[in-house]
Amino acid sequence: MLPNPTDPKNAHRYIPNSSDDIPEMLRVIGVDSIDRLFDSIPSDVKLNRLLDIPGPWSEVESRRWFRQLAARNKTAVDHVSFLGGGAYAHDQPACIDQLLLRAEFLTSYTPYQPEVSQGTLQSIFEYQTHQCLLTGLDVANASLYDGSTALCEAVLLTERVGKEKKRVVIARSVHPQYTATVRTYVQNLGIDIVEVGWKSDGRIDLDALRAACDGAFAIAVQSPNFLGVIEDYDAIASIPNVTKIAVITEATSLGILAPPGAHGFDIAVGEGQAWGIPTQFGGPYVGFMVVKDALKRHMPGRLVGETVDVDGKRAYVLTLATREQHIRRGKATSNICTNEALIALGANIYLSLMGKNGLREVGEQCLQKAAYLRAKLGDFVELPFAGPVYNEFVVRTPFPATQILGDLEHEKILGGIPLGDFYQGHDNDFLVAVTELHSREQLDHYAGVLRAAISRER
Amino acid sequence: MANTPEDNRYAKSHEYIHVEGDGGTIGITHYAQKELGDVVFVELPQVGTQLEMGDELGSIESVKAVSELFSPVSGEVTEVNEALADKPELVNTDPYGDGWMIKIRLSSPDEVDELMTAEDYDDYVLAESGK
Amino acid sequence: MTEVLEKETTGTATPQGATRERLIFEHSKRGRRGYQLPALDVPAVENLLPANLRRAEIADEVEVSEVDVIRHFTRLSKLNVSIDAGLYPLGSCTMKHNPRINEEIARTPGFALSHPLQADHQVQGNLELLWWLEQSLKEIFGMPRVTLQPVAGAHGELTAILMVHKALAKGGNARKYILIPDSAHGTNPASAAFAGYQVKELKSNSRGTLDLHVLEEAVNEDVAALMITVPNTLGVFENEIQAMAKILHAKGAYLYCDGANLNAFVGVARPGDMGIDVIHSNLHKTFSTPHGGGGPGAGPVGVSERLIPFIPTPTVERREDGTFFLDHSHPHSIGRMRAFNGNFNVLVRALTYMRSMGPTGLRRIAQIAVLNANYIRARLKGPYYLPYDAPSLHEVVFNDKNQTAHDVHTLDIAKRLMDYGFHPPTIYFPLIVSGALMIEPTESEPKEELDAFCDAMLAIARECEERPELVRSAPHTTPVRRLDEARAARQPVLRWKK
Repeated sequence: MLPNPTDPKNAHRYIPNSSDDIPEMLRVIGVDSIDRLFDSIPSDVKLNRLLDIPGPWSEVESRRWFRQLAARNKTAVDHVSFLGGGAYAHDQPACIDQLLLRAEFLTSYTPYQPEVSQGTLQSIFEYQTHQCLLTGLDVANASLYDGSTALCEAVLLTERVGKEKKRVVIARSVHPQYTATVRTYVQNLGIDIVEVGWKSDGRIDLDALRAACDGAFAIAVQSPNFLGVIEDYDAIASIPNVTKIAVITEATSLGILAPPGAHGFDIAVGEGQAWGIPTQFGGPYVGFMVVKDALKRHMPGRLVGETVDVDGKRAYVLTLATREQHIRRGKATSNICTNEALIALGANIYLSLMGKNGLREVGEQCLQKAAYLRAKLGDFVELPFAGPVYNEFVVRTPFPATQILGDLEHEKILGGIPLGDFYQGHDNDFLVAVTELHSREQLDHYAGVLRAAISRER
Repeated sequence: MANTPEDNRYAKSHEYIHVEGDGGTIGITHYAQKELGDVVFVELPQVGTQLEMGDELGSIESVKAVSELFSPVSGEVTEVNEALADKPELVNTDPYGDGWMIKIRLSSPDEVDELMTAEDYDDYVLAESGK
Repeated sequence: MTEVLEKETTGTATPQGATRERLIFEHSKRGRRGYQLPALDVPAVENLLPANLRRAEIADEVEVSEVDVIRHFTRLSKLNVSIDAGLYPLGSCTMKHNPRINEEIARTPGFALSHPLQADHQVQGNLELLWWLEQSLKEIFGMPRVTLQPVAGAHGELTAILMVHKALAKGGNARKYILIPDSAHGTNPASAAFAGYQVKELKSNSRGTLDLHVLEEAVNEDVAALMITVPNTLGVFENEIQAMAKILHAKGAYLYCDGANLNAFVGVARPGDMGIDVIHSNLHKTFSTPHGGGGPGAGPVGVSERLIPFIPTPTVERREDGTFFLDHSHPHSIGRMRAFNGNFNVLVRALTYMRSMGPTGLRRIAQIAVLNANYIRARLKGPYYLPYDAPSLHEVVFNDKNQTAHDVHTLDIAKRLMDYGFHPPTIYFPLIVSGALMIEPTESEPKEELDAFCDAMLAIARECEERPELVRSAPHTTPVRRLDEARAARQPVLRWKK
């Protein structure tokens, strides 16, 4: 039996119109039942039963069920986490989430009508500015889905301006899930992906890179790379006649590391999650793209520009929209429409709060604390890559990483990410990430537990 | 439809060409710029580009639309209007003068005869806009 | 500047009287700070990095206090309208109520602090949640499998067309063309192009729908799929959808449904029962996750039996012992569409909403959304011209034909609505309607709000006749008015500079 919409017991708390409103509205429309409004749907595809799903639940029931699910996760709630690999737990100043819950940000749409969305537009303009200052490049967009799809968009952009070349070179030390995503995106576009490996210090093999660049429209290099090692932008930038894409998965590194734009790179793409966004099982995050001025008309996604209104007041508006799908359709620079606006706003608030000095201090603390732990661990484990690191590094023990990490989990430590999940022949390696959230005590404890685990295995 | 210069020839896609000797100056018509609205960007080919009659030579953008530009004749691009990079609005204010787009060396001057005269173009626009 | 408004016709959404706000960079003052880190408790080591890897100070970055930041963003927020403040009738966008329990659940620390690269056994709660969401979407779509990886509608479209490509390629011929009606969203042709196809546009008929003979003439062995929006962007249901599926299937092509308008028929009919092979749904539309000023969203994709082998990896699977795991072993998969596991915390919100609604509530969504749209249609028809008179479902598209006689156009009407306290409808879309005003009220609006909106629209229609200049020069009450968009595009200023 299908429920009668005009029966008061079928009211729902999110749907105001009631059994009293419905007949009155139907009278204005001139039909005698709601069902008549659906006459255009052929009767043989109409569902003659209710959907077989749970509910309707009260908030009490929802809390009970979802909290019980959340409690079954073993997370940083009751463990100390050293997980990174493209998603980092940093301090999240309380006012970020409070501001994101303001209805005017949370429940507004894309700012297509500038008179009634200056709040969103101005905040995007500010966010674009932060990204330019941090990367040393000229033009940033409003946001892309995440770091991996931002790299896809960068590959597509550089191919468009790449004068018929069809090869892109991607460092093997770029986040392997990013490269996998690029493979998915370009699978029907005739683009050839060449990977270049690393040398013993964990940095890209420059000779191999130089050789691979012949005939390529772009190279993409991550720094710090997936092994945690910081690349030498200047050395890579010396390779001529190819567009250089810097990939950044740990955005706080920009607080102290040399910006790619000042060291010969044309495009910076990456993941902004580290700027105060929870790791939340991988999303929503916020992809960014910053390019040299000459590439701005090839940019994917939304851009906000400054202008004036009819009274001469400064104001902000979506601009260069002819690049986008709603105008250029099949020839657009990207198919992106919905982006990650609210997450970008969170990142924007983070960047504003931290500012010039806070961003440097976060970077400095990550650097120092990772160096401290690395030095401590170096006494009893192998650190296979000697290149300079920011806040993440690879640890190698004589035993399978999953086994060692299992031992750490017993001590309420999420001790790292097994590298063997990403690279063949690295089953004994794992990635360890340190941030400003870790205390010296936690770092010492980690070292102690790891040492004990290794000696137990022996 | 007044002021359609009589010494130009016109294409159905609303480009004009002003021919002098074996050279021609190409732009879009007054009607086309008015239909587009405020022109914000013009993308033009490089000098030396070889165009066939009807080839896409570039594109023109207003705030919320983009239109392709087609070459009314065949030939080699000898000059592009660099001023449009900074002042695309010239296409609106002076389409037949400072708002010109490219100069071309005609490879088949006979093609010009296939284009409309000012009078024919005015009739054509009248029919178009009445649709 | 206050202009005369008819009494009793004003909404409350637009930010009349709100002040403007400087840029955060213009608040900056040397020596201010907005953060406090714990003191560095490990010995500081100098020269950890070679000099060429270090940056100089971030020139021109801000120095502001927490007070500055909170006031700045609070003031900015006041320049926005929002669905929480009132009707936001953007057609095709489904601006519905965003329940706050969704926000609370998504912030549960066990979800919010979980990490995407944790081992499966550590995130059983997350995996079970995703599994349940897939079960619910399977039932809503009437389809045997759903991928949760796409993070937006357009991302779902790309996912879908890549699957179609892979399926056809496996049969030996990926084909060349995707057919798309002229009423479609711009993302459709863009997604088709990025999936490696050329687009052929199909002309819709006088009802705004697609004629079978137009489709029949266009479909051949070079056509991979038809991408169609149901109901279409006029709100009109494609009542020959089953016949379309037959025509396509007979030629080995696929039927893709853009599910942006699922709000019109959720719980009333199911895409899988219509012969649709693949559909995406925007969870930020039908399933109430907040739009957030443009995102984030999620765009899960449901597939028919034939397309299951090609869905993105990883998938969430349940073992017989009731535990869950991420399955990477799909040899024919198109691959992954994104790093990690999709927009997980958007998915949490959507499942919370599905549970809050239940089967009765989901059906009621479509019923009341369609009722509300038809109520607006009935009240405004006449004063506003209805270019396509076919019965419409969840949205209604008028245009400015009656107003152009007074040289007042759609843009003017939209701007004038702001003075009356309402966000304008979607304008100038779909492209097949000249001067379109596309209105989608959703089920969230009470009759009183719909009446206030209709009263305002009718008042504006009268103004167009009696005081057209007032409408042409609107808005009069917003923080800024009629921006110079040509200037923004001609000489783009895309960042602040000192």
